[in-house]
Amino acid sequence: MMDRDRSTAGPPTEDEERVDEAVDAVDPRDRRADDVIRRKQEQRVRTAIQDELSQDDVGEERRRPEDPGPLQDAVIELERVHLAFDRPILEDVSFAAFPGETLVIVGESGTGKSTTLKLILRLLQPDSGKVYVAGQDIAGLSFTEALAVRQKMGMVFQSAALFDSMTVFENVAYPLREHTDLDDDEIEARVREKLEFVDLDPSDVMDRLPAELSGGMKKRVGIARGMANNAEIMLYDEPTSGLDPLTTGTITRLIMKLQRELNVTSIVVSHDIRSSFRMGTHIALLADRQIRFFGTPEEMTATDDRYIRDFLGGF
Amino acid sequence: MPFAAQTRGTATTTVHALNSLPQVLDRLNVAAKRKVLALQEYFLLAWNALRFIFARPFYGGDLVQQMDAIGVQSLGIVLLTGFFTGMVLALQSAVQLQTFGASMYMGRLVSASMIRELGPVLAGLMVAGRVGSGIAAQLGSMKVTEQIDALNTLGTDPIKKLVTPRVLAALIMLPVLTIINDFVGIVGGNLIAQFYLDVPTSLYWRTVWEQVASDGFTFRFIPNDFIQGLSKPFVFGGVISITACYFGLNTSGGTEGVGMSTTRTVVTSSILILVLDYFITQILLSVLAAP
Repeated sequence: MMDRDRSTAGPPTEDEERVDEAVDAVDPRDRRADDVIRRKQEQRVRTAIQDELSQDDVGEERRRPEDPGPLQDAVIELERVHLAFDRPILEDVSFAAFPGETLVIVGESGTGKSTTLKLILRLLQPDSGKVYVAGQDIAGLSFTEALAVRQKMGMVFQSAALFDSMTVFENVAYPLREHTDLDDDEIEARVREKLEFVDLDPSDVMDRLPAELSGGMKKRVGIARGMANNAEIMLYDEPTSGLDPLTTGTITRLIMKLQRELNVTSIVVSHDIRSSFRMGTHIALLADRQIRFFGTPEEMTATDDRYIRDFLGGF
Repeated sequence: MPFAAQTRGTATTTVHALNSLPQVLDRLNVAAKRKVLALQEYFLLAWNALRFIFARPFYGGDLVQQMDAIGVQSLGIVLLTGFFTGMVLALQSAVQLQTFGASMYMGRLVSASMIRELGPVLAGLMVAGRVGSGIAAQLGSMKVTEQIDALNTLGTDPIKKLVTPRVLAALIMLPVLTIINDFVGIVGGNLIAQFYLDVPTSLYWRTVWEQVASDGFTFRFIPNDFIQGLSKPFVFGGVISITACYFGLNTSGGTEGVGMSTTRTVVTSSILILVLDYFITQILLSVLAAP
């Protein structure tokens, strides 16, 4: 694509040379980061050319946007994110998820998978780099501003994190009561609809407390609560951990159903390779604080990388 | 050991000590920074909790629920504590007062002790033990089971939803509990005075009022004793609830962490109550001048 652009634009410009240098400098293992950064550079060149065309002939100094902004159609994007606590957690992590994609982040324990989700939710701030959600850089938002952005997202926690002092109905209705003007009847209708979507019988579970539910049912209520506000983005932290194989299959199918029927963009953190391959349109492998692999499940199984093959085991 | 080797040994030790000195200083530096940071977070939490009292949305239901948990459900323990403290105070003093023939001053002694000191401090300590530990355990459990993160992701500020109602409820209910504590304590003293010292009830209550009036009034009608006795539980209520919320929200390490947060809450808030009691008394005694 770059070559085609260049052939139409004439001899290489200073910007294009910089693009080539940037692309060459990218770690070839980090394929998605490479892609994201290349697209950014292309966007930057386009913006610079547009700027040039719009200027008069007086020779006003060229505006060179230092910050190219988010990728045009990305729902979630991390750009060169660095994060460290007592030790470095993420180094130069870039990836993007586009509408309707299910991106599964896999990796060994402690490699920063759940931390990545917290960055997307702006529960954490990166030391450097950008986190874009629906085109908005959320890294610089205040705590209160971030609360508004979070309403676009639904999060399903590893432990389901249902409020144990509230019934199932109150749990699912919580985001509706907090952020909408729906009346009680509308809220009940929405709660019933969401519980039915996750294959639960509303009249059976609505009045029960979370302590009275099985692990799989809690996860499903968690998903219903996450999607209650008709979230466009769903984030899942280990949705199938601690579940039996049958329930794991049910939850996996449910996540796929959300993508298929509602075109929800999902980011899933998982240890479960089998379900990751089933539900993921893309897989990102976090290792050594960086993205070691990014691609489709088919590309992942076809790779020759020794570490990835070991990670996949006998799959 | 040859002298040269001995010297070498000493030099090595000295060099080792010099090398370890910066390490020790480094650790002290890190520890000090952590403490200062914790203190900053504590006050930031307090500020936000109080600021949110006046910010929408108001969680009225949560406030009423917390007032019930902190106030109404603590009533039993406070009644018992106040009643028996008043009785034992009267019983211990009776011997001394009888020796000096001053039994009629029993009301003054019990009321002064209860209203100014024992009522607020004992109610504070009881609430710290019962309610503070409960708040820390509840918020700590919510933290380790990711419920606090869930609130955040659902677009709710956990401080506004969880901390502010608890702090406001404690600020309101602790003075109320203290008034009840003071009253039953004085009633307990009355029983001992009547049945042990044969001091008539009317005389007892007259001396109680004399004591209250003797310390002067603010704005001509608010007894200074009441100001002292009610400003303390107000402060203690804030200290207990903020300390409990702080330790609860900073819980880590699973169920063991919840236990540690609970213990820290009770120990820290009890110490703070006793220390602050001294300073508040000192300040109020200098501000509220007796007539």
